Amino acid sequence: MSDITKQSLSELVENIKSKKLSSSEVTKAFVERSEKSKELNAFITEDYENALNKAKTFDEKPNLDLKLPGIPMAVKDLFCTKNLRTTAGSKILNNFVPTYESTVTQNIWNEGAILVGKLNCDEFAMGSSNETSFFGNVQNPIDKNLVPGGSSGGSSSAVAAQLTPITIGTDTGGSIRQPASFTGTVGLKPTYGSCSRYGIVAFASSLDQAGPMAQNVKDCALLQEVISTYDEKDSTSIDFKRNEYSKELTKDIKGKKIGIPKEYRVDGMPKEIEDLWKKGIEYAKDCGAEIIDISLPHTNYALPTYYIVAPAEASSNLARYDGVKYGFRAEGENLIDMYEKTRSEGFGAEVQRRIMIGTYVLSSGYYDAYYLKAQKVRKLIKNDFDEAYKKVDAILTPSTPSSAFKIGEKTNDPVSMYLNDIFTVPVNLAGLPGISIPAGHDAKGYPLGLQIIGKAFDEQNILNIAYAMEEKINFKNNITDWWIK
Amino acid sequence: MSKNKSEYLINRHDNQYEVVIGLEVHAQVTSESKLFSTSATKFGAEPNTQVSLVDAAFPGMLPVINEYCVKQAIKTGIGLKAKINKRSVFDRKNYFYADLPQGYQISQFKDPIVGEGKVILDMPDGQKEVGIERLHLEQDAGKSIHDLDPKNTFVDLNRSGVALMEIVSKPDLRSPDEVNAYIKKLRSIMRYLGTCDGNMQEGSLRADVNVSVRKKGSKEFGTRCEIKNVNSIKFMQMAIEYEANRQVDLIEDGQTIDQETRLFDTKKNETRSMRSKEDAHDYRYFPDPDLLPLEVSDDFIENLKSEIPELPDEKKKRFIEKFKLSPYEANILVSDIETSNYFENVIKKSDVKLATNWIIGELFAALNEKNLEITESPISAGNLSKLINLIKDGTISGKIAKTVFEQMMKGDKDPKKIVQEKGLKQESDPKALEALIDKVIDDNRDKAIEYKSGKVKLFGFFVGQVMKVSGGKANPQLVNEILKKKL
Repeated sequence: MSDITKQSLSELVENIKSKKLSSSEVTKAFVERSEKSKELNAFITEDYENALNKAKTFDEKPNLDLKLPGIPMAVKDLFCTKNLRTTAGSKILNNFVPTYESTVTQNIWNEGAILVGKLNCDEFAMGSSNETSFFGNVQNPIDKNLVPGGSSGGSSSAVAAQLTPITIGTDTGGSIRQPASFTGTVGLKPTYGSCSRYGIVAFASSLDQAGPMAQNVKDCALLQEVISTYDEKDSTSIDFKRNEYSKELTKDIKGKKIGIPKEYRVDGMPKEIEDLWKKGIEYAKDCGAEIIDISLPHTNYALPTYYIVAPAEASSNLARYDGVKYGFRAEGENLIDMYEKTRSEGFGAEVQRRIMIGTYVLSSGYYDAYYLKAQKVRKLIKNDFDEAYKKVDAILTPSTPSSAFKIGEKTNDPVSMYLNDIFTVPVNLAGLPGISIPAGHDAKGYPLGLQIIGKAFDEQNILNIAYAMEEKINFKNNITDWWIK
Repeated sequence: MSKNKSEYLINRHDNQYEVVIGLEVHAQVTSESKLFSTSATKFGAEPNTQVSLVDAAFPGMLPVINEYCVKQAIKTGIGLKAKINKRSVFDRKNYFYADLPQGYQISQFKDPIVGEGKVILDMPDGQKEVGIERLHLEQDAGKSIHDLDPKNTFVDLNRSGVALMEIVSKPDLRSPDEVNAYIKKLRSIMRYLGTCDGNMQEGSLRADVNVSVRKKGSKEFGTRCEIKNVNSIKFMQMAIEYEANRQVDLIEDGQTIDQETRLFDTKKNETRSMRSKEDAHDYRYFPDPDLLPLEVSDDFIENLKSEIPELPDEKKKRFIEKFKLSPYEANILVSDIETSNYFENVIKKSDVKLATNWIIGELFAALNEKNLEITESPISAGNLSKLINLIKDGTISGKIAKTVFEQMMKGDKDPKKIVQEKGLKQESDPKALEALIDKVIDDNRDKAIEYKSGKVKLFGFFVGQVMKVSGGKANPQLVNEILKKKL
């Protein structure tokens, strides 16, 4: 089979289970394609040889009852992987090799998948374009010099370019959904507490959530089924009954009430986004859903709230990178000098900016005005959703206010970069699940995504809606393999 | 010092100053594992052998609360007659230091697990109540070792993450003696509860001492200084004395006191400025997003209440009422759980009054001399009980008992056996005693005549002679009776 890498996860699983393909064949195909795709810079660390060996071992005694039998897979470099370097896209962890495995990745390996490498991302997941990575920016396979989104930019690029059949990212303010939208792929941010944060390099603890990224909704559902488990090692993990998302997946969404929040019609939103949204509403109607206008009155305050809460937590979470115990250390005259040099040289500009913002908003005298106020607004934003969900089952919005932008276009304008998260950030603040599915193209032919936001723990419902709409939309990604010479 | 014996005042010229003291005691929770990780907490282990990935703050590691430590804190709160807060919040206290791997300490700032309570002190002139402001749970930091290498500092993370209870008193203490009594009482309560071993040498109990002074009679507090991390009662008392006098001198000199953090130099016996209020850290406290608010149910608290043993105050009351002990005796016997257990074991089968005297007198003196704790006593409660019964039933005299006691201190032997082996049994056979007495009177005819002619003081001489001849074994009561008849 020459087109192994073109197959979806579901097809690969089926072919391995029916022994039409071996894990070695599949792994080799993805490794070879990845080796030809270095220009995309999707990988920070490759582990091809080990992957091929693991595939061989799998094939010797294949356990075909597993959900991901012998499936090769690369993951965002924010997940700690035992004995394989984990950098979080930062110089400060350039040499860091964990002795432990994150719960989410462990769940994946337990179901038979094989790690092929670690994917590029914005430094400590802080960015919307993958340009803050110490390991360089990532190309969007849609078009050269186009950002793949961020922070899970290596992940979105790798899935879209078929370097990995599926992957996992993390989403603190849109870091799965926005890159999925920019690359014509599917990305799910689960309910806060659905996937364990144990072993994931922390950015903003109250917002961070791991989630699946794939070429289609069904693959996304299967991966979510694997990664979402209750974990005692994470005090914020929630013990709720999890569905078998892929098995329970249905296109029957007749009578589902879908809310359209008027506040998401933001000033200056390109007409193509508005049109996409309208089209999305029509697709939903075609699927039998009922469309209801709703209001989420505090939407406007979501972005400023996010840019207080997230940096505040990050400023504290990143204090541990001090050159004392592990990672990069710059020599200094004394302890303070060593701290200053290590952190000045080890962290990039965006990370330093957010540490400074976070330190400021937590400072004595500013805490009440910023951090405490932001927490109150966060509660109001959550209340907005709670109110809305009395009337609707899910909410439909665009994923992003624009299609993918050019590399370097926004690097000198952090605020315009931050504005990219305007539709995704409220979902994190409210701890809700949200999925981005590709829904069309803009005039330049770049993909655009729609976001379906669900009630807490209602992943099955938004996966179903996405699954039904996916069929109607019938999106085709236009990728020419331009980077393969 | 002051006229009133119990009042601690500092006199300068015509002014009398009162000292106001508040303590922040850091008590290490007795627990097998740390507050947020499963690492061991044993004292004195090889450096960095009790450190988990969580304690060393590796990327992606998360804290998980140790339920046992929560129970210990609540029990301590109950022991302090304090309000237990059903909802408390863990906050991050952010600062950089080499022995603080996370770059923040997880503590409780706004919503501690235990609220207001009180401790009763027994002072020479009566009882004194000291208010407890709060008790909260927090992590200990690691240890920086600066003196092993001229250029480098070594860090031992064994202590990193160990659970501490910070117990904050109200500014109710007025003298070094009260501080002494307060620390001892707090320690006693926690040892009764088994929530902190109170071992100050091992650092299980340390305190920050807040000291201010004000003119006697003034209602307003003076500016306070905080003396950091003092690890013995003696040093606390010395530091308070030095600091209070320093502040009085400043005021008398027309100067003002800067609110600051000071260190106590144990070698020079003085406090030194560490940092002023302006240089104080901005700890940027905020709720730890890795931990949900800690919520405990009424049932949870009630269950813990049922596990609370009789505490020193109640035990003291019972000892006084039931055993007719004096408050002084009761205080001594309840001050330490081990002592009170020993006492209660002794009196299970022997006379209370004698037991009290022997424990407080002979036993304490002997243990003191050998520098032993009551738990290390060579004499078991059972054997002391037997010794007391031998006195009580007249088998041996109190004097002989002391000889037996000395033997027992050399190894926990059954006193009955010692009495038997050494032939120390008291002579209570009237016939044998009569013969003995006859001989003594015979040998001292002249004195007997003097006695009969009115020199009654000589009676003691005869008793002494009889005892001497009997080798101390003669029953003194019978000797008295027979002598009176014979003379």
